[in-house]
Amino acid sequence: MSDQKRGGTTEDVDLLEEEARPEDAMLQASGGGVQAQGSIAAAAAVEGGASEYQASLWGDAWRQLRRKPLFLIAAALLVVFTVMAIAPSLFTNADPEFADLSNSVDTPSAAHWFGFDIQGRDYFARVIYGTRVSLIIGLLVVGIDVVIGILLGSIAGYYGGKLDTLIGRAADIWFALPTTLAAIVFLSVLGQRGLFQVSFVLIFLAWPTLMRLMRSSVLAGKEADYVQAAKALGAGDWRILRVHILPNGIAPVIVYATISVGIIVSAEAALSFLGVGLQLPAISWGLMIADSQGRLLTSPHLLLFPGAFLSVFVLSFIILGDQLRDALDPRLR
Amino acid sequence: MGRYVARRLLQAIPVFFGATFIVFAMVYALPGDPIRALNGERPISESAQAALRDRYNLDDPLVIQYAKYIGGLATGDFGETFRGEPVSAILKQKFPVTAKLALGAFIFECVLGLLAGILAGLRRGSFMDNLVLLSTTFIVAIPVFVLGFVAQLVLGVQLSWFPIAGIQNGWFSYVLPSMVLGSLSLVYIARLTRTSLVENLRSDYIRTAEAKGLPRRRVVGRHAMRNSLIPVVTFLGVDLGALMAGAIITEGIFNIPGIGREVFLAIQGQEGAVVVGIVTAGILIFILMNLIVDLLYAVLDPRIRYE
Repeated sequence: MSDQKRGGTTEDVDLLEEEARPEDAMLQASGGGVQAQGSIAAAAAVEGGASEYQASLWGDAWRQLRRKPLFLIAAALLVVFTVMAIAPSLFTNADPEFADLSNSVDTPSAAHWFGFDIQGRDYFARVIYGTRVSLIIGLLVVGIDVVIGILLGSIAGYYGGKLDTLIGRAADIWFALPTTLAAIVFLSVLGQRGLFQVSFVLIFLAWPTLMRLMRSSVLAGKEADYVQAAKALGAGDWRILRVHILPNGIAPVIVYATISVGIIVSAEAALSFLGVGLQLPAISWGLMIADSQGRLLTSPHLLLFPGAFLSVFVLSFIILGDQLRDALDPRLR
Repeated sequence: MGRYVARRLLQAIPVFFGATFIVFAMVYALPGDPIRALNGERPISESAQAALRDRYNLDDPLVIQYAKYIGGLATGDFGETFRGEPVSAILKQKFPVTAKLALGAFIFECVLGLLAGILAGLRRGSFMDNLVLLSTTFIVAIPVFVLGFVAQLVLGVQLSWFPIAGIQNGWFSYVLPSMVLGSLSLVYIARLTRTSLVENLRSDYIRTAEAKGLPRRRVVGRHAMRNSLIPVVTFLGVDLGALMAGAIITEGIFNIPGIGREVFLAIQGQEGAVVVGIVTAGILIFILMNLIVDLLYAVLDPRIRYE
């Protein structure tokens, strides 16, 4: 799982070859299983067209996932969170901006489940409305980083040589930046900080992991017999990457991307909590938790509700990623 | 081995320059004029301002400023603040605090993480294994600052087992913050130990050792553990650096006067030299720990040593 983000972890030392960094080895290890199965299926794909193969890897995974209660729970939670983000008014009639100071920090009651915040605003409404920024930032950052990762990773892995060295060294440099410290400095530079500024900094800092994952996937897939066969048949680079390498190699990227939505959402909340993320009047779980800081003793509900929502949100993505990985890795069957 | 070490050292050089330059450029772009900020109520004369700008190289282009900074760094000079205090003095004062916190977290995650990982890995699929997997998933999902506040609220305020803020109580003040800071890495260590132990226990040499009739204790202790710990040790090395840089949030929650708070003060006071100094120190630690891990790796894994 997210072991991959922290450097220097190898699960399978056999794969640690000449030039591979320890991280790559582990990534290859997780990609390797998918690869093994992929090559059998892809042998059929050479005759019967690529669509049949895709149905088998992802189809298998889906058939397995459908029966996993943990997957179903996580997926259901994410559906609920998505609806919450799109149409928060379905869940609450209260206006999250309406403040009545006479209700300030009132504790939860039957009419107002989560009580009120310091300004006397309905806390349940605020927590519900807070889902939106988290979901947008999580999906936006990971979506763009997946595209960057696939592009750069494919180029580095497929073409190798100077381009690979250039991209690889850039990633090394980015890894050396202490993430939290760097994010604080960068966001301070930006002054005005909204959704896009925070997303931009997170995109800027988070791309190398996905790039490395994709690169090692492509490296592993490049040598496969069916790729050599396609080359011999005269297929172009673009076609080989798109039709033969990506469908097999993308599984670890998808798994890590799912988990990293959770990591990014948590990072956004942490930055907002530190005062360098989103700014008021934005409604964000991180900001709510930051506001609760001085009132832990008297009104712990200010911390507990947004904290619980944030944790469950992150947990859903992590479980989903875990389940996806198990389903996509045939070695575990 | 010699070639391997030399290559790793050479690779670290561009990483250092690249990373410090990115940070330097960002701090260079921080909004506001630091000299004007120094003025306060009474304006400084134009000539005094010019002298100050000259002293801190503020009128040079970015690349020249960076070169001068690196030149100073080579002699151990981290520059000085606009109030004339050397940045290295600030680092000397604040880093030990953060280092103590990181060390506490390190000890915590090592002891508990290894224990949980070994117990889970020895019997895959047992109750203990599932317990470890489940609890680690939950810990990962709870963001550090939520975990920190909840720990502060429950263990510090309601149960009064630990001091809730500051470092007045000596090493005891560091216990709770260390546990919070180490919690995330604890998960990685437990899971890494478990996975690699499970994989190694399935390998051929373990079957051979068992077939020879060696007692279980020896099979696990000497054969399986030695190889299983290689990835864990490498993770631990890198993590010690990551903990120091990641301590900011924990320091904020528990009001610990380490480098985290210093960064915020420095950004507010537009003391670019302090910000750059702290981040540069963080980068240096990261690179150093990576080098040590690479060397350790070569020592532990003969396939690299005899490359």
